[in-house]
Amino acid sequence: MKRKREISKSAFHTWKKGMMMNLMYLPALAMMIFFIIFPFMKGIKVSFTDWNGYSQNSNWVGWDNYVRLFRERDMISTILNTLIYGFGSTILQNILGISYALLLDKKLRGSNLVRTIVYMPTMISGLIMGYIWYFMLNYNSGALRDVFELFHLAPGDLLAKGKITVVIIMLVNVFAGTGTAMIFYQAGLQTISEDYYEAARLDGAGGWKCFRKITLPLLIPSIEFNVVLNLIGSFKLFDMIKSLTNGGPAGTTESLATMMYRLYFSREQAGYASALGNVMTVMIVIISLTALMILRRKEVEA
Amino acid sequence: MREKKKYIGSRILIILLGFIYLVPFYILVVMSLKRQNDYTSKWLLPNYFTLENYINAWNSANIPRALTNNLIIMVGVVCLSVFIGAMASYPLARRKTKINNTIYAVIISLIVLPSISISANLYKVMIDIKAIDTYWGIILVITAFSLPMVIFLYTGFISTIPRELEEAAMIDGCNRFTAFFRIILPLLKSSTITVVIFTGQAAWNDYAFALLYLQSPEKQNMTLTISTFFSEYHLELGWMSAGCIINALPLIIVFFCCQKYFIRGLTDGAVK
Repeated sequence: MKRKREISKSAFHTWKKGMMMNLMYLPALAMMIFFIIFPFMKGIKVSFTDWNGYSQNSNWVGWDNYVRLFRERDMISTILNTLIYGFGSTILQNILGISYALLLDKKLRGSNLVRTIVYMPTMISGLIMGYIWYFMLNYNSGALRDVFELFHLAPGDLLAKGKITVVIIMLVNVFAGTGTAMIFYQAGLQTISEDYYEAARLDGAGGWKCFRKITLPLLIPSIEFNVVLNLIGSFKLFDMIKSLTNGGPAGTTESLATMMYRLYFSREQAGYASALGNVMTVMIVIISLTALMILRRKEVEA
Repeated sequence: MREKKKYIGSRILIILLGFIYLVPFYILVVMSLKRQNDYTSKWLLPNYFTLENYINAWNSANIPRALTNNLIIMVGVVCLSVFIGAMASYPLARRKTKINNTIYAVIISLIVLPSISISANLYKVMIDIKAIDTYWGIILVITAFSLPMVIFLYTGFISTIPRELEEAAMIDGCNRFTAFFRIILPLLKSSTITVVIFTGQAAWNDYAFALLYLQSPEKQNMTLTISTFFSEYHLELGWMSAGCIINALPLIIVFFCCQKYFIRGLTDGAVK
């Protein structure tokens, strides 16, 4: 009996060095290679061709698609929109997320219910959230029109006002996504030991000082996580734009994601669309890595 | 005295917050209860009671089938993500060799990759393997795209479990796989709740993938069905609101019931 135990113990040690355990990630790896990495690599190749998305033939065109991208008439406006969607949403979602988490962390009556209510929009498909806000905002019968009339305001068609509409779509995205940020910050707050606050209070620190000197520095890991997640999510904003304005009027609210969809499926320019997709990926990677690096520097030992 | 005053402010803010976030849902409910030809303000409930929007949407758009499709896709995605994701995280958290660390880094960087930018070329792959309009096709795709996040959450949690637990199990005769299934998997309960909510929600509400890979009416999910009420030729706002509510209600109820476990799962896991 004793010997058997020893054998399985040494078996455990050889296994620790062995490769057998790695078999366990093979299914996941295979799936990601097949459905993500392979199409991604293929996209890089396709972006140098004039492939239309379905035909058997395509010609190598070198960097033409990329050069063309920067000559596209609406390109600068679309990039600007994407930046507004991306940065605007991320900044607001995080500020509001922390505020809501702090407010609801006091365990006052109704906190759990309100937390569910604030989280509710995140449980709704982005597409549907867009439709709901369409009911609120559209010019002919939008619910907000009644409110404006009440105050004798006539803001006109809020969904056809160029950059103002872009900001409005961004705010709808914030409305929809703040719940997630709030939940992550809620979790982050619970890992901060109560001792810090007690010690600070003994030293006579007030609420704002506690927040700046204790809460915020210790929340940096949560902030990192949220900021990166929100940046990625909002830079590829797609379905909300689709249901609110469909990129219109005249492409004024388009993001890189909706533009890419239009290029690939309506204009049948797969090579060109892939080039756009790659530019978008590089943009997101650079922006989120930069954000991560800036935040990493502020990290402290808990 | 000052303390008490501060809490009064917070109380008011909490109530206000709840109301602001309820407004769009209130409008949605009002719209779903109004007849098509009722042009009264969207803020006012109708002075009659009818569920005809729900009944019409339910019958003519075949919502039961869309809901069934949603359920099949969601269950498939959740089960696969939890099983494959947890299994993959175990060696990645425990065996920190150079290869494994590289693989982990690659997997995490996939979180950043925008699915939309790949979708064009993924579409071609899906045609080639005849996965368009199949349950397995969309289940595999959504699972593959949720795996990086799932693995991130699970590895974070597994590294907080003391190694001694498995070592003891190995001494008692467990092998590498049974140790995982008997010891680790049960301990992953709270982060599994988080994973289930995230992946379930993503699968239930998916639009971008469904738009491409579910084309026949028999396979359409809820978001696609609802979006057909809103096409250029067919504007049924009442039906649509009813559809939106039918789609959202199950998730909201589930979340309200497991809110506590969900937050605990996040606290215990990687996200600290």
